[in-house]
Amino acid sequence: MNPVNYLYLAALLFTIGATGVLIRRNAIVVFMCIELMLNACNLAFVTFSRMHGNLDGQIIAFFTMVVAAAEVVVGLAIIVSLFRTRHSASVDDASLMKL
Amino acid sequence: MENLIALLIAAPLLGAAVLLAGGRRLDRVGHWIGTLLSAASFVFGLILFADLLGKNAEHRTLTQHLWTWIPVGGFQADVTFRLDQLSMTFVLLITGVGSLIHLYSVGYMEHDERRRRFFGYLNLFLAAMLLLVLADNYLLLYVGWEGVGLASYLLIGFWQHKPSAATAAKKAFLVNRVGDMGLSIAIMLMFTTFGSFAFGPVLGHTGDTSEGKLTAIGLMLLLAACGKSAQVPLQSWLGDAMEGPTPVSALIHAATMVTAGVYLIVRSGAIFNAAPDAQLAVTVVGAVTLLFGAIVGCAKDDIKKALAGSTMSQIGYMVLAAGLGPIGYVFAIMHLVTHGFFKAGLFLGAGSVMHGMNDEVDMRRYGGLRKYMPVTFITFGLGYLAIIGFPGLSGFFSKDKIIEAAFAKGGTEGWILGGAALLGAAITAFYMTRVMLMTFFGEERWRNQPTRSPEAPSAEPAAETRGEHTEPHPHESPKVMTIPMIVLAVGSVFGGAFFSIGDRFLNWLEPVTGHSEGDSPLSAATVTGATMVCLVIGVAIAWAQYGRKPVPAVAPRGSLLTRAARRDLLQDDFNHVVLVRGGEHLTRSLVYVDHTLVDGVVNGTAAGFGGMSGRLRRLQNGFVRSYAVSMFGGAALLVAATLLMRAV
Amino acid sequence: MSFPLLTATAALPALGAVATAAVPAARRTAAKWLALAASLATLALAITVLVRFDPDGARYQLTESHPWIADFGVRYELGVDGIAVALIALTALLIPFIVLAGWHDADPLETGSRRWRPTQGFFALILAVEAMVIISFEATDVFVFYIFFEAMLIPMYFLIGGFGDRAHEHGEEAAATQRSYAAVKFLLYNLVGGLLMLAAVIGLYVVAGNFSLQEIAEARANGSLHMATSTERWLFLGFFFAFAVKAPLWPLHTWLPNAMQESTAPVAVLITAVVDKVGTFAMLRFCLQLFPEASKWATPVILVLALISIVYGALLAVGQRDIKRLVAYASISHFGFIVMGIFAMTSQGQSGATLYMVNHGISTAALMLVAGFLISRRGSRLIADYGGVQKVAPVLAGTFLIGGLATLSLPGLAPFVSEFLVLVGTFTRYPAIGIIATFGIVLAALYVLVLYQRTMTGPVKPEVSAMPDLRARELVVVAPLIVLLILLGVYPKPVTDIVNPAVKQTMSDVHQTDPKPEVEAAK
Repeated sequence: MNPVNYLYLAALLFTIGATGVLIRRNAIVVFMCIELMLNACNLAFVTFSRMHGNLDGQIIAFFTMVVAAAEVVVGLAIIVSLFRTRHSASVDDASLMKL
Repeated sequence: MENLIALLIAAPLLGAAVLLAGGRRLDRVGHWIGTLLSAASFVFGLILFADLLGKNAEHRTLTQHLWTWIPVGGFQADVTFRLDQLSMTFVLLITGVGSLIHLYSVGYMEHDERRRRFFGYLNLFLAAMLLLVLADNYLLLYVGWEGVGLASYLLIGFWQHKPSAATAAKKAFLVNRVGDMGLSIAIMLMFTTFGSFAFGPVLGHTGDTSEGKLTAIGLMLLLAACGKSAQVPLQSWLGDAMEGPTPVSALIHAATMVTAGVYLIVRSGAIFNAAPDAQLAVTVVGAVTLLFGAIVGCAKDDIKKALAGSTMSQIGYMVLAAGLGPIGYVFAIMHLVTHGFFKAGLFLGAGSVMHGMNDEVDMRRYGGLRKYMPVTFITFGLGYLAIIGFPGLSGFFSKDKIIEAAFAKGGTEGWILGGAALLGAAITAFYMTRVMLMTFFGEERWRNQPTRSPEAPSAEPAAETRGEHTEPHPHESPKVMTIPMIVLAVGSVFGGAFFSIGDRFLNWLEPVTGHSEGDSPLSAATVTGATMVCLVIGVAIAWAQYGRKPVPAVAPRGSLLTRAARRDLLQDDFNHVVLVRGGEHLTRSLVYVDHTLVDGVVNGTAAGFGGMSGRLRRLQNGFVRSYAVSMFGGAALLVAATLLMRAV
Repeated sequence: MSFPLLTATAALPALGAVATAAVPAARRTAAKWLALAASLATLALAITVLVRFDPDGARYQLTESHPWIADFGVRYELGVDGIAVALIALTALLIPFIVLAGWHDADPLETGSRRWRPTQGFFALILAVEAMVIISFEATDVFVFYIFFEAMLIPMYFLIGGFGDRAHEHGEEAAATQRSYAAVKFLLYNLVGGLLMLAAVIGLYVVAGNFSLQEIAEARANGSLHMATSTERWLFLGFFFAFAVKAPLWPLHTWLPNAMQESTAPVAVLITAVVDKVGTFAMLRFCLQLFPEASKWATPVILVLALISIVYGALLAVGQRDIKRLVAYASISHFGFIVMGIFAMTSQGQSGATLYMVNHGISTAALMLVAGFLISRRGSRLIADYGGVQKVAPVLAGTFLIGGLATLSLPGLAPFVSEFLVLVGTFTRYPAIGIIATFGIVLAALYVLVLYQRTMTGPVKPEVSAMPDLRARELVVVAPLIVLLILLGVYPKPVTDIVNPAVKQTMSDVHQTDPKPEVEAAK
């Protein structure tokens, strides 16, 4: 199978994720969409690794997973504390940091 | 012997320092310290004079180098003094008349609580004036030049609590500064032309440069002389300067400081000789001023201001003579010296009259004073005869020579200048007779005075502050005041004859100034005769107006010319409208411009940045998703740009 | 290695500042005496520098050089030439007077306040400024100079913003607002200038590879370091802009009147007599040495700006109603003379300009400090609130007049010598500019005499009728300054002897010689 097809898939997944981040309000969904984008990138990296015949892409994919895991931990903690204080998981409600 | 020159200046300078820094402790003896040091300077002057007389005419120049003042590259200014016949003449005049006036002031200022300071200023003036005439280069001369300006400022404004005195002092200094500008530009021109501004190198090399340069230097020197010597168009300060105490008017604004311009021109004779255009300008200024001052002098009812107009006019004669070149230099200085005697005497006489009349200065409130002040009357009268050029008295010799020299200039110029000088002599006779008649003759108008009219001019403050409007009791002044007057009167009587007989003065000064006889179209006797006729006409008109008829106590309205002359021929009005008002508008609008435009641009820039950041702040709306949009947009732009670069 | 005299001269006031700041709150008087002692000790060191300096010796003397940031070629390099020595002496001389004159300026409003600390701060800040100014005069490394040139702003900011005249026509709150406006304006102007200079400093490093003034100037002189014409011009402009803001030159001057008006008189003297001198000094040392060609290229424009400063500053001084603002505009006029002298590129002009910096420092200090004493007595800065002071306080009026006469450059007082040198130096090369600048002397007479007339003469106003004359402390401040003004006026040779060789060097840096007179009469 032509590896380029994997790239198309990665692009598609990334676009879905990006759209989700932009149009959804629920923090959990936004969060999942970010994960989707990260995984789309991972897929692209692995594909490139395969196409170029070296392991750089795969190593980067591992890094991405580690970062994603850390991000999940911090991000979920933030969302939970937000929900606790305002009883809502909508990202638009949390706009207090503006000047 | 050279080392004595510095002492000439050091004595009064020491006096000024001690009196001004000494404080109240010296109040009791201050005036005597000042007088003593001034007299000491005169004695040093006499010793040096004797020394000079003992030498050959060619060796009568002494120089004393004290220290190097400003050495920068080719610019070398030294503190060096030069005593030659010209400066010796001035030294004797300054210290001699100066000492007499110190003595007079002891009596005149007796009741002033700030007398010590007055003497400090007088000594400061003497030191500066001596520096002016003894300096060996123009820059050092400039120090004395401004120094006398400062002393004049302090003394005119001596009664500072009077706003009019403070204003007059400021005006004198400012007008003088305009002249000083001319002197400093002249020095700069000398430096670029000759690489020096010492008398020797500059005056000895006038042949090596172009006439244009010399004319420029000459005109700048003339500007300086106009400022200091109250010549048109910078004459306006002298009338106001009469706000100062009368001894000041006698010493500074009649006998010495105002003649500094004449000294400058005569000293720079070599420059003017080589620049005929500048010389012509000098004669024109002199001729205009001698008429201007005389006309102003005719209209003033304030005795001091009338005398001030006369001073202006007489200095006009000197400047005219100095502008004639070698024909006139000696006579300019001779008239300067004789004028120093009789004008100082006249002013001291005026002071004595005021002293006895509760500081009244309006001549319309004098009259018949000869009975009450015999000494003042006689000395003033002798001064009067001297100034109008009564045959045999000193003014006769010196003024007559100037008129002759003016005719000797030759051509149309000679006729015009000579005619102006003759006319001036007639007017002089008129206004001086007027002063004499109004003051010492006629009915006693000071008796049974109604209350003062509010617009009555008054220069001396004491009457105002004391609020005395009682009838004055005219009395003769104390000896300490009359002795100087008598000495000066003797000088006014015999000075001219002493100088002229055997051409003593001419022979004395010639080695410095040079001399040449012009070829006059008129014989000397003709000129003298014409002068006499003018004199008689002037006296006769004055007699007809002020001697035969009683003088009204309130000035009549008078003709247009009289009214203009009372206001100094509208010069002050011109200054006020053009310079003062214009200046005020200029500075006010500049203050506005500085605040709104220059500062406004900066503040505007700041406000602009503030506004811009306010706009930008709105992008920061706190909505995560809008931040995300900008991030994606940015990323997309980057990708697009990369692709585009590839494609190209 | 010999004793690091230059470092010590700068470090001593810095240490003094730290020590003064550390004095306990209740011991205010001790802090004052400590500051005075530190400034006097600095003066002693500065005099040592003056004595040790040999005018005919090497260009830079008493040099010190240590590697600092080796990777960027930054070295801690100090050295003084005649110009720097004169200015260090001026700075060290003025600070004790400033401290003495400001003795009570930072006292607590209610007596007995035990926790009031600003007194210590005031004197510590003054000493800190002194330290930075001195090291700016000493630094021969562009980077070191830049750091202290900029760091000076911090203590100055606090001095302007934190301490002002007690009395204000619109109350204390309005005064505080005005003060902070002035302080921020001062800071912003100078920061913008400094920023451009930073860019130019970096640019210079990129071109030259190090920061050493001597090395770069030498390399430029012998041709081993070539700079493109446009590069040189841009770098020159970067430096010049910063110095022109500091100097201040028209039209970058508007911070000065605000800063001087709002700060106390001693701080105003510190600004105009000490700190601003770094700007004009740096023009001579850095602009002319590093960028000789660009300096010549910019000369016509700079001369015109200087000329505008002279006339404009003087005219605005005439129109002021506030005594301190008047002095500030007079200073702007005087700085115009200094810049004009520097860029006339003649030895008279540059020696005159250096002398002018010294003399202006002394004369402004005399005038401004007496004005400060006057203001502290009546509690108003407005000229119209005074009148007839001469009658009640003759000594105060007399010293004020002498300060004013020095400001108008009366011959016999020190400023005349320098002003005339600047005028002559300019005239020999640019006659028209010289002549127009001469108008400045008439205008100077106008603003000084109008100020004197309105405040000191006339009938005594009731508000000033009880005004005390100068006190002993105030007399100690003013009398030495007046003596110096007279001494340097009649015998300026000691200063010109120190300055002349340095100016000669600078003239050869820019490849200029004095115009020859038409007739060599003097020879």
